[in-house]
Amino acid sequence: MSERQRSLSAHLRGGRTEHEGPVLEFGGVHLSFGGLKVLDDVSFHVNPGELFAIIGPNGAGKTSMFNCLSGVYHPQEGTIRFLGQDILGMRPNRIAALGMARTFQNVELFEHLTVLDNLMLGRHLHLKYGAPTAAAFIGRARREELANREVVEDIIDFLEIQPFRKSFVGFLPYGVQKRVELGRALAMEPRLLLLDEPVAGMNLEETEDMARFMLDIRDELEIAIILVEHDMRMVMDLADRVLVVDFGRPVALGPPSEVQSNPDVIRAYLGEEHSVVGGGENP
Amino acid sequence: MRGRPGLITSYRKDISLFRTGTQRLWLVVLLLVALWLPLWMPNDWLVPAGISLFAAIGAIGLNLVTGYAGQVSLGHAFFLGIGAYTASALSTVEGPGTRGLLAYGYDMIIWLPAAGLVAALLGVIVAPVALRLKGLYLAFVTLGLVFLGQHLFQSWRELTGGAGIGRRAAELSLLGFRFDEDGEVFGVFLSDTQKIYFLGFVLLVVMALVAKNLARSRIGRAFAAIRDRDIAAEIMGIDLTRYKVIAFAISSFYAGVAGALLFTVTGFLEPNAFNLELSIFYVAMVLIGGVATISGSIMGAVFVTMLPNLIDFVSDYLPYDPATGPLNTGQLEAILFGLLIVVFLIFEPLGLYGLWIRIRNYWKAWPFSY
Repeated sequence: MSERQRSLSAHLRGGRTEHEGPVLEFGGVHLSFGGLKVLDDVSFHVNPGELFAIIGPNGAGKTSMFNCLSGVYHPQEGTIRFLGQDILGMRPNRIAALGMARTFQNVELFEHLTVLDNLMLGRHLHLKYGAPTAAAFIGRARREELANREVVEDIIDFLEIQPFRKSFVGFLPYGVQKRVELGRALAMEPRLLLLDEPVAGMNLEETEDMARFMLDIRDELEIAIILVEHDMRMVMDLADRVLVVDFGRPVALGPPSEVQSNPDVIRAYLGEEHSVVGGGENP
Repeated sequence: MRGRPGLITSYRKDISLFRTGTQRLWLVVLLLVALWLPLWMPNDWLVPAGISLFAAIGAIGLNLVTGYAGQVSLGHAFFLGIGAYTASALSTVEGPGTRGLLAYGYDMIIWLPAAGLVAALLGVIVAPVALRLKGLYLAFVTLGLVFLGQHLFQSWRELTGGAGIGRRAAELSLLGFRFDEDGEVFGVFLSDTQKIYFLGFVLLVVMALVAKNLARSRIGRAFAAIRDRDIAAEIMGIDLTRYKVIAFAISSFYAGVAGALLFTVTGFLEPNAFNLELSIFYVAMVLIGGVATISGSIMGAVFVTMLPNLIDFVSDYLPYDPATGPLNTGQLEAILFGLLIVVFLIFEPLGLYGLWIRIRNYWKAWPFSY
């Protein structure tokens, strides 16, 4: 571990209040838009330091689960407890303050800002000074900006994006943007990190890098992760447990090896065998 | 390594406003030139120059809410009007000339901040609209504000004197020192216009610095986050309600202060002045100057305010004379104005600020192309 990484790891782990039990409990959640059932009785929990993966075909409701977690959607039924606290119906910014961070399927960076500013926005909740101090930009405002810049620099180092520090994110290649977005989420010092397709559209090298970062985040920064991903090889290699959903319903839940051989999962992904009535007898 | 130009060795240095000696030197040169200009400028240039300094304060305000926070506002004229009338009513001394108008006779030290604060308060009241509406819809609602304001200003005779009559603008008397009378300052004889120019200069420097500091702080970053991706911003822990209210409050404060002072140069306030056209002028300053830049707001305000003078000046060297031709200066200005907005939006969306960056980068690498 480099010195920077050690300092980041010490920083992110220090000052955490210990919490007994699962980081996240997602119990019996129902979400529907009008007549459309998006989530139908989904339950799972995430343990501390766990890399939990959610997979399923397109439209299965994976991203909707993330939106329920971060407070964008409000499920009609069920409980969502984060670090023992009920977060159902809370505003997204309140949930963020509790320690949940996420990345998005389609990169949602602030494209007119530099990489540095994007990462500093991740530190928003850790910068406490108010408007009057900001107007003068002396004393507390400057001190806090500099202290948080150190943390941001540790993250830049951790994700190996030093050359792009002052670039506007809108001009960066897609793979780097994904990394910056991960960095922005890490800058929030989360207890739970939601990653929505972090390697979608990436080549092999970029995928390998991202996998390495995820393992480092879990093992060295000790942050629990929920991963939504279509890259099956990566999910099966990395995840501690996997939840499979199809049409908003949970199909299987367990370690990767178990899930892989589950007949329901195979059916969800590959479809069922049908015999065609009267097949072969062409007129 | 030491002494290499542009080498930055600490984060403290990296986040400072002017990072290199060259930048600081040119800033000093610019400030000195701005202080030297009024000493010899003829009055027909000095009056719009003074107005442009106050307009720059208003343009910075609009840029904070529209450029930085992305909340398109066409209601800037309303806040300018609120500032102007608050200042005028608070400063006017009761006398035979007041004709039953509101007159409290306070000093500038009271009425100037009060004009800003009253406008800011109204900004806070309007802000919740921005919580529900975005973009074009918000622009339309703030447009309504202008008409509402115009009606209010025309019919509230005790405050404004009524349409077509009007009242005097605020009196520039700061703790007994009169800006609106000729007199000696530190042994130098200054005319009233020169004094007002210097007042505008000092206020603009202070308020631009404050705005720049806000823009580079967590507050300015939160504004930009809301502008670029509001949902992502909220998930990063930014309280949308809070920051939209802050944006409108600060912006309206700047507008209030600008409005209070704008009309002191000509000395007269007329309710019909605070119309949609005035709002459009400010939007133009922001667009032509440079969206989401403080220096751009100043450049835009100076350019737009001085445009009639520039047209007159340029026409001396052109075969076309606005004094005798089919189009007079005002008409030319209106045409140029629209043309400039279109041209800047298409070719240089960062406005005058963008042009400046291009020129700077060219000379940075000169004589090489890259």
